[in-house]
Amino acid sequence: MSLYDDLGGAAAVEAAVDIFYRKVLSDERISRYFDGVDMERQAAKQKAFLTMAFGGPNNYTGRDMQAAHAHLVAAGLNDSHVDAVIENLGATLKELGVGDDKIAQVAAIAESVRDAVLSRSKAS
Amino acid sequence: MTRVRYGELEVTLQEGETVLAALERAGARVASSCRIGACQACLLRAEAGDPGAKAQEGLRPAQRERGFFLACVSRPSGDLEVATEAAPRIAAEVAAVEDLGAAVVRVRVRVLEDIIYRAGQYVQVERADGLVRAYSLASVPAEDSLLELHVRVHPQGQMSRWLAAARPGTPLHLRGPSGECFYTEGRPEQPILLAGTGTGLAPLLGIARDALRRGHTGPLTLVHGAREPGGLYAEDVLRDMCSRHPNLRVVRCALAGAAAGVETGDVVEVAVRAAAPLKGARVFLCGGPEQVAALRKRCFLAGASLKEISADAFHSAPAPASA
Repeated sequence: MSLYDDLGGAAAVEAAVDIFYRKVLSDERISRYFDGVDMERQAAKQKAFLTMAFGGPNNYTGRDMQAAHAHLVAAGLNDSHVDAVIENLGATLKELGVGDDKIAQVAAIAESVRDAVLSRSKAS
Repeated sequence: MTRVRYGELEVTLQEGETVLAALERAGARVASSCRIGACQACLLRAEAGDPGAKAQEGLRPAQRERGFFLACVSRPSGDLEVATEAAPRIAAEVAAVEDLGAAVVRVRVRVLEDIIYRAGQYVQVERADGLVRAYSLASVPAEDSLLELHVRVHPQGQMSRWLAAARPGTPLHLRGPSGECFYTEGRPEQPILLAGTGTGLAPLLGIARDALRRGHTGPLTLVHGAREPGGLYAEDVLRDMCSRHPNLRVVRCALAGAAAGVETGDVVEVAVRAAAPLKGARVFLCGGPEQVAALRKRCFLAGASLKEISADAFHSAPAPASA
């Protein structure tokens, strides 16, 4: 079984989105990146992100992630913010009763897009 | 041979092809992004036909009932008619106009053609000269033969002042209905919070009446807020509903100014307090954009699932340039 199936697939993502969204909205380090008028669209983006991080099907290329965050990088988005997101992701999974081993696997997938998100070429 | 119609376009689906791919192949410009049924950028509405269960996964019950679906994962087995932007235009006339207080009038409209709507949805009201404004529906189709709108009469309101003075028989057109703020069956014991400001009461009243009519047994909490007590209206209607339905509780509040039966406070605080706990609750929010956004965020942070929150923000048209 894949990590995604192990975690519970689409149903797990559904359960995680609300919890994750509440956490980032309440996290002063990064809430401004998630706060805004259109909560539905934000939730949809997070659902897509979580699907990818859970090892699920995704069509994001490195370029998409980079393009989507470029304007934020220009305005100061940095490693500390990515750290905070991955931290909240872990806390969400812990709240859902997911074991440390699986949490580490999810974190690793999220880590793999750090450079794209921050418009950095991978360290050689 | 499965055909998809989208406005004037008609395309036959190829083996295993999705509706999105087929429409794009036919030259239509349909928004899309993730193409795996997650982001909802490709959300379309089927006016006829079945888009397939997979294409409605992740959508709310109200959206599914209206035929919304995700084109990128839709592989229908039968013909599909996809709605384009324009909603049907329905001939109608003013039936009656009554003053409800607080500068609000109740406008009852007689439709001269068929309309299918759910209490809480909204319609575009179109005057003969082309002026258009949206108003939510307080009426319940099964109970009311006339449509009911609550119209706040603004000092410079073009549509609102015209409607307030309209004589019975005045012709107009309606477009719609639109909106997903309506009651869906399936969870009769679910707690429901209905919160709003000003004429947001209209759709909330409609939804509450609709829910109770359909046998909702769970607790309903209706919170109506205004800046000051003079902005509240329909107290008698609400009191009457409460006397007939023990599971309905009404809280009226104002930011400032005291009045009998009116709590002092911000509608956001009052609503969250009155309906706690919000986990598992269904939430309907209608009224001014800032209040609705604040209510949505607070209810979500207080435990309500985003999927269970339906909201309609009422935007006022900008005032005309000349006085």
